[in-house]
This record gives sequence, structure tokens and C-alpha cells, in this order.
Amino acid sequence: MTGQNAEGRSLHAVPEVATEKLTIAQAVRDAMLEEMDANDRVIVLGEDVGVDGGVFRATEGLIERFGSERVIDTPLAESAIIGMSVGLAATGFRPIAEIQFMGFVYPAINQLFGHAARMRNRTRGRLNCPMVVRMPYGGGIHPPEHHSESYEALFLNTPGFKVVVPSNPYDAKGLLVSAIRDDDPVLFMEPKRIYRAFREAVPAESYTVPLGKADIAREGTDVTLIAWGAMVRVCLDASEVLAREDISAEVVDLRTLNPLDRETMIESVVKTGRAVVVHEAARTGGFGAEIVAQISEHALLQLQAPVQRVTGFDVVFPLAQNEKHYLPSRQRIVKAVEKTLEF
Amino acid sequence: MPRTKVYEAVTERLEILDTEGGVDTALMPEIDPSRTRDLYRDMVLMRTFDTKALKLQRQGRMGTWPPIKGQEAIQAGVALAMGENDWLIPAFREHGIMVLRGVPLHLVFAYWAGDERGSSYPEEVRCFPVAVPVGSQWQHGTGVGLSLKLRDEDAVAVTFGGDGSTSEGDFHEAVNCAGVFGTKTVFVIQNNQWAISMPLHQQTAAETLAQKAHAYGIPGIQVDGNDVFAVYAAATEAIERTRRGDGPSLIEAVTYRLGDHTTADDASRYRPEDELEKWEGRDPILRLRRYLVEQGLWDEDQETVLLEEATSWVDAQVKTLEEMEPQAPEEIFTSMYAAMPPHVVEQMQSLLEEVQP
Repeated sequence: MTGQNAEGRSLHAVPEVATEKLTIAQAVRDAMLEEMDANDRVIVLGEDVGVDGGVFRATEGLIERFGSERVIDTPLAESAIIGMSVGLAATGFRPIAEIQFMGFVYPAINQLFGHAARMRNRTRGRLNCPMVVRMPYGGGIHPPEHHSESYEALFLNTPGFKVVVPSNPYDAKGLLVSAIRDDDPVLFMEPKRIYRAFREAVPAESYTVPLGKADIAREGTDVTLIAWGAMVRVCLDASEVLAREDISAEVVDLRTLNPLDRETMIESVVKTGRAVVVHEAARTGGFGAEIVAQISEHALLQLQAPVQRVTGFDVVFPLAQNEKHYLPSRQRIVKAVEKTLEF
Repeated sequence: MPRTKVYEAVTERLEILDTEGGVDTALMPEIDPSRTRDLYRDMVLMRTFDTKALKLQRQGRMGTWPPIKGQEAIQAGVALAMGENDWLIPAFREHGIMVLRGVPLHLVFAYWAGDERGSSYPEEVRCFPVAVPVGSQWQHGTGVGLSLKLRDEDAVAVTFGGDGSTSEGDFHEAVNCAGVFGTKTVFVIQNNQWAISMPLHQQTAAETLAQKAHAYGIPGIQVDGNDVFAVYAAATEAIERTRRGDGPSLIEAVTYRLGDHTTADDASRYRPEDELEKWEGRDPILRLRRYLVEQGLWDEDQETVLLEEATSWVDAQVKTLEEMEPQAPEEIFTSMYAAMPPHVVEQMQSLLEEVQP
């Protein structure tokens, strides 16, 4: 399903169909548009998603096409956006709720953790929540406070959600289509830092990328870099630097964190014998810790060195000027890889 | 079993200064002429630094900036009504009143330029940090007001927020608790009628925001927020009421966001141009200047001097900002805990090793 181009970037073996060169933001929009075309129970709601087209333009043009009953500009109320989505989803709709920035999700946590995640369980399957919650996440865009957070670990420690984080336009569209069609609540985290950083050929027609399937974004033999979202690109950059030192890094793009494609990840680690996990979120209790635990459980004896983590620090996400010191960098990844090789 | 009326309420609106500079003398609060001139100076100063911040942003010398243009009368009027020991609990569009309450402008600029040190206000300044998450600060206003009541301190809490923030659950909880506990809190809603792209009528089906006070059992009033005298009069009444122990109240100051939501926004995508023009004609600064000129309290020479003074003061603040040493990388760690846990110390050391020249 995958290969590589000269730059080591993942090449998705797309069937011969018409394609468009899209950014991640455009791919996200296309996924919603196509699913809304196909199913009139798919609706969008959130702050500034209608007339304004979303602060990142991810819902641009949707209100013109589908009207204000299916593209709903809500009052400024995150708890209401999610709480209403629970009500809509449990009674026949497939809402795509947008939380404008992941840092603003807190008022909605009660609805997300207390209800969306457990509606199926607490009604013994009578009601469910087929809803997608889209959240731009992560740092690197020099914004004000509360605009840079990565809270995936909170959702992974709250059973009931699927958690999806695309790293490129092709996956963004295919994964979002899968998420919308899924019968459980899906947290869809969008790496805002690379929303418009690059374009890729994306099939014009509808397709899916399955939830629960990782991607080998680059093949290698000496070490496995495990990442998701915006950090995949930093890992690919680091792999280039390592390649110049004759170190062959394999990059596993997890794509979905729940369900986790343990098989692909462990196979890679067994092959290379070394692993470095990379994420933007704070280190303590981050999802990297879970990955290290799983590697210990399933590949400990094949490891040549302790697994390394390259993560954000255990601090509040810094204001713009110091965010460069916080975010995992190519250099930090290279250093961590060298540590596994020198062990 | 009768069906009876159990509650009825009226919400008042206060206007004193009209757009041509005339005042309703019966409602006009007592402010001596020099104070009135100070109000005008404060508002011009706000406009000057707001304009400067936008310019700095365009030049890449400032981060995302939420402009306050058009909202100066609210901030100057409330500031004048506040006592020295009162607390200010702002949201994120209150740079004007923050500066009047003693937050150095270069620090306000530093915060929005992405420098952590922008939040290190002088010790004596009774002002909470900027609250970006929308609506969360209302609760702190209630908490500070409760604290002042419990400690029987001669001070009140004045908390600000926008129209959009009244849709958040936090607003309901904050005003409700203030009513329940009779806290020493004044809630000031800067209703600039737009929450990014959402006009007020899509934010609430209620006719006014002031009327929400009734539901929490506290007084509420709507004022013309571009009328500095109405703002001052209502704020004085609210602050005096709560200072003497008669409980919290709410002021809805109706104004207009003459700028974009922030420099990352483009209001022309969603906002009717004629609406903007209409409100530009109701500019609070213009209105007060007309009054001052009418009263013989202001002339062209004074205006020229003020504009020069304001510009040079703001320029000096920018100079102070830009002469600050670059912030140290460890700033991201140093204020996290009273005593830094060992694993955080390790992380800080790893960063310091990395950035060593």
C-alpha cells in the first residue's frame, strides 16, 4: 500500500483515478463535503464554521452548499457543541463537531468524557454516538496562549473514543471519511502546523483509509521512529539527516492511536531492534509512555537498546517566542537515535 | 388554584452623552473638568497604542493582537469608577483598562508578542492575567469578590468579558454563584456585538444581555458603551453598591468592535460594511471630544499636544519592549512550581545543555 519517493516521503499507491493537489485543510473540507453530499444526516456544527468558513477555512463553502441547518454556526459554547452533538448523534444524525482549537476543549470535557464516550455502554448498545469531533491541535504557528495544545493522552485514557491523527492530505481525507462513517465517537486531531504546509495528490472521488492501520512512512533497518500528526514530518526530516550518517531509520506513522496498530509497530521494532517515540504533548503520562509499555510487553527481548522518547517538556505550552525550545526537533530526534545506537 | 404572576422585571438602559457631544444634565454624573479631560486622554492613549500594536503586528514585531478600537469608553469609564485597591479580572480585550490599572504597556505588548515575561506585572498591581479561553474569567471575578467579602476587605472585584462569553456555561455559573453568595463583584460585559464571525442575535435569543442578571437575582443595567459618562455612572453605582455590601451586579455596555477579532481574522468576510460605517460615526472618542470642545474644555492646540504626547509615550514603551534582553529558554520552566520537581529540573537541564553556545 505504501512506498517512498526520493525524499523518503510516503507515496500512497493510489489507484489510477483523477486526483487534485490538496493541502490537509482542503482534504479535510473535501471529506466533509463528500460525506455530506452522500448522506444528509451528516451535519457540521461549531464556532465560526458557517459564514466564516472556519478559522482555518476547513469548512469553507459548506454553508453555501448545504445551508444553515446542516452547517450550524453555534453560540460560543464548547459544552453545548458537544452536548448537542450527543443528542443529535443518539437520534439519527452524524454530527461533525468542531472545537476551534484543542486548547479550548475543556468546557466540553464533561460532555465528551461523561457522555459521548459512554453512551453506548450506559444504554447497553441501545443508543450510540456516531459523531466526529474535529480539533486543530499542536504547536508551531506562534499563536496566543491556549492555541497549541496536544491533549490526545486525555482521550486515550478515557475509554470510548477512537483517536485519529492524520499527517498528510491523503490520509486526512481518507481517515476523516472513515471517522464520519464510524458508529462510535471519533476524536479527529488535525495538525494545524501543517494544514497548508504542502500539497499532495488526493483522489477527487471518495475513498477511505481504515481506522486502526498504521503506515510505514519510510522504510529503514536500524531504528524505528514512531510518531503521529505533525511529528511524522519532523521524523522524516530527521531520517534524512540520519541517512547522511548511514543510519537507516524506519518511520511508523500510527495514523490512529485508538485502535492502535500494534502489529505494524511491533513488527518494525522487532526488525530494527531500536525505537524512538516522538510526540508534542508533555512527557509524563503522554501516549509515548503507553507505546514504550507495549514495546516492553511484546518486543523486549528483541530490543538492542532502551526505547527513547522525544516529547514536549512537562510545562505549560510556552508562548510563541519560546515554543521552538519546547517542540521536538529534528536534532533532538537524531540525538535520541544516536543514544539507542551507542547503547 | 390561581395562575398568578410570580416575577416581572424591567431592564433599563442608560445614555447620557449623545453623538454630537450633548449631555443629559439630569443624568450627568459629577466629574470635575480636569477628570473629564483625563478620561479623554486615557481614551486617546488607548487608541494610540492599539493602532501601534496593529502596525507592529504587520511589521512582524508583534504576535496576534486583539484590537480594542471602539471600546475605549468602557475601559476608561470603569477605570475611573474603580478604587485604588479594587481588583481587575480581565478577559483578553481589556488592554486599555489594564494599562490604566497599572500594568505597564510594554508588558502588555510583550505578552502578545509571545514573551512569558509579559505576564510578570508589578507586585502591587491588582490585576489577574489575561484569560484567553473565553468566559473562564467570570468565575474568578466571583471568587475574588467572595474572597474580599470573607476577608471583609474594602475592595471590590471588577471582571470583564465579551458578549460571546455570556454563552459559555462559566458565565451562568459565575453570575449565579455571585448572586447566591452576595460576592463583591461587578460583571462588565463589553458587548461589541461580534464574537469572531457571530453576531449577537445568533449568540442569544434574549433581547439584551443585561436582562440575564434578573435570572440570577442581581441587578443588571444596559448602558451605551460608547458613552463614557453613562459607563462611569453605571460603574460607580455598581461598585459603590457592592462596596457597601449590597451584593454583585451586572453592566452590559453596548459598543462595537471596530476592528477584526484579532489580527488573524478578516472581518470583511462576514461583517456588513455599512454596519461598520454606522458605528464609526458613533466613535466614543469623537463623541467625548465634541463634548469637551462644546464645553470650552478642549481646543486644537491641546489636541495636537495630546497626540504628540501619546505617540511619544507609546513609542517609548515599544523601545522598552524591544530593548528587553531575549527571554531565556528556561523561562518556560521557572514559574511552573514553587519548588520544581526533580524530573522537571532534569528536563530544564537537558534544554540548557542543548542551547549552550
